[in-house]
Amino acid sequence: MHVQLFGTCLVDTFFPEVGEAVVRIFDKFGVQFTFPKGQTCCGQPAYNAGYMAEAKGAAEHFLSTFGGSDPIVTPSGSCATMVKHHYPELFRDDPEKLRAAEQVAGRVYELSQFLVNVLRVHETNLTGSGRVTYHSSCHLTRTLGVTEEPLALIEALKGAEFVPMPDATRCCGFGGVFMAKLPEISMAIADDKAQSIIASGADTVTGCDSGCLMNIADALKRRGSSVKVKHIAELVAEGL
Amino acid sequence: MNHQTSLDFRANAAGAIKDDALRQAMRNATDTIGTKRTNAMEGVDFSALREKASAIRMEVLDNLPAYLERFTTQAAKAGASVHRAADAGSANAIIAGILKSNNVRMVAKGKSMISEETHLNAHLEQEGFEVVETDLGEYIIQLAGETPSHILVPAIHKNRQQVGRLFTEKLGVDYSEDPQVLTKIARKALREKFLTADAGISGANFAIAESGSLVLFTNEGNGRMVTSVPPLHIAILSIEKILPSLADLPTFMRLLPRSATGQMLTSYVSILTGNRKEGDATGARELHIVLLDNGRSEIVKGDCREMLKCIRCGACMNVCPVYRTVGGHAYGWTYPGPMGIVLTTLLTGMAASHPLVDASTLCGACNDACPVKVPLQEMILKQRVRRVAEGFSPPAVSMGMRLFGAAAKSPLLFSFGERLAGWFWLLLRRVGGENVVGRLPRPAKSPFSRRMP
Repeated sequence: MHVQLFGTCLVDTFFPEVGEAVVRIFDKFGVQFTFPKGQTCCGQPAYNAGYMAEAKGAAEHFLSTFGGSDPIVTPSGSCATMVKHHYPELFRDDPEKLRAAEQVAGRVYELSQFLVNVLRVHETNLTGSGRVTYHSSCHLTRTLGVTEEPLALIEALKGAEFVPMPDATRCCGFGGVFMAKLPEISMAIADDKAQSIIASGADTVTGCDSGCLMNIADALKRRGSSVKVKHIAELVAEGL
Repeated sequence: MNHQTSLDFRANAAGAIKDDALRQAMRNATDTIGTKRTNAMEGVDFSALREKASAIRMEVLDNLPAYLERFTTQAAKAGASVHRAADAGSANAIIAGILKSNNVRMVAKGKSMISEETHLNAHLEQEGFEVVETDLGEYIIQLAGETPSHILVPAIHKNRQQVGRLFTEKLGVDYSEDPQVLTKIARKALREKFLTADAGISGANFAIAESGSLVLFTNEGNGRMVTSVPPLHIAILSIEKILPSLADLPTFMRLLPRSATGQMLTSYVSILTGNRKEGDATGARELHIVLLDNGRSEIVKGDCREMLKCIRCGACMNVCPVYRTVGGHAYGWTYPGPMGIVLTTLLTGMAASHPLVDASTLCGACNDACPVKVPLQEMILKQRVRRVAEGFSPPAVSMGMRLFGAAAKSPLLFSFGERLAGWFWLLLRRVGGENVVGRLPRPAKSPFSRRMP
């Protein structure tokens, strides 16, 4: 099995340990991968702010960087959504690029999708510990439609107990540019999320999007909470 | 167009975020409605039902002029006078004119968001009429001198203690915070108004083209009082509220109350066809219907036409994390929440309303909740694109986005940007603010890409 890894800009800049966790999982399951040189950002910040020319530029760069026919795996629900759903929309009126966008869209997997549906990682021996709760991030859940895969991975961690949080599907308040445009509201929504996490009784919260997890980690810290925040890749890699 | 307050969402919301009573009231109310909605949807094929409802609404929008013509003819045949108002000012003038020619002094009003859109009450009061809101929530905010903060639950931002104090202050009654006692106080005060009002003004949830009927979904009974006790009834509604025929109504009877208040059905569903005739037991002797356009004829031709499918259930605001946090007044105009962002920018123009388009995390909860499949998330994004195209995005944001666009296309520039951010992190924190950059972790010493072979 050969894949291309799209690290995402947030992982690249702030959370290289998440990328390294993905690499450890790939190594363990014998997945050959390339990390296409020159990858940058999927263009989501521009897209969500309404700057479509800039978003298209980022998309074109992505399409030329991720050529070939291997599956593209990325540890982010919202970046996978961007490539899978919004690239084809961006190039709706450009038949040639639309074809390229659709070809790439058809190859994209969000990490938990790939781990569960392709590698069947959840059927292997994984270990974990403590009480784990899960934040179901918005684009992953609502646009990409990934709901079961992350839970299957958590359930597979022997020794860990899954505890649901109230309103797991409610937005954490990150919203990309939203957190910069309306920071006070973003923080208030994140604080509600932190309260839900604390109420779950978990000692670890996990999810599939570094943006949301970053926002959640900040909100938990402000509450003085000791709940640990881990990307699903880190949880799985630790349990190998 | 009039604006009640500024549309500077961030400034408007600043007070709300610090208002613990408001935030708790919003949490309680939206959670309660959310639970009731989930329960009411059990055993209902929501996805099939909303597909059907959406198709009916699109059919109307695709043929709006013809349906309006049909409705006007049929309503007139049934004995109503139908008026077309191009904008808010002419709607208000038409209504004031009707009231004057009938020597009206006091008006009992049922709930109507369209009358909020036209600022009808203020206009009528200026013209010397006494206007009394009879929906309990509307009555509360009228006493408080406020505007609705939710399209169905106007006083959603208030708790019962605040209502108790308001009643004591304005009505001179003993303090109580028991909802039943408070409701009885309001009912006593309002009964007298119903019986002495010279005219009733209401909105309408739907207008039926085939029969010329108006349909009202209500819970408190005040809607029936307003439309049938006074000798004169004026209904004000916007042109897109039409349904082709009564046969289409059951779909919306199943969807609207469930989506709105989590009820299987509202306490009352009134179908009013024409004025009261000889031998009729109830009804106003004179019925006027004012159809407000206010820009909708243009919207229906554009790429945001699907917004006009909206049936005003409020489900999108009830599930919206932003609305839940700041309440409706922060949106600054008539309609709050996701539908409010889109409608306000469409109806008032981007120049006045552009800060509103930021008021969404684009989480998509509204899309899932909408009973007529308005793609709200996409429409909010469309307004953001429009803002950029029309030049209302702040210059600093545009510059930042140009830089971002350049870096996203150039790996060299991108990794240079990453390094810069790392080197100047403390400076960035100061410039970018504690609440923005201060919430991000420090960039890693070595980015992931440089750890890759």
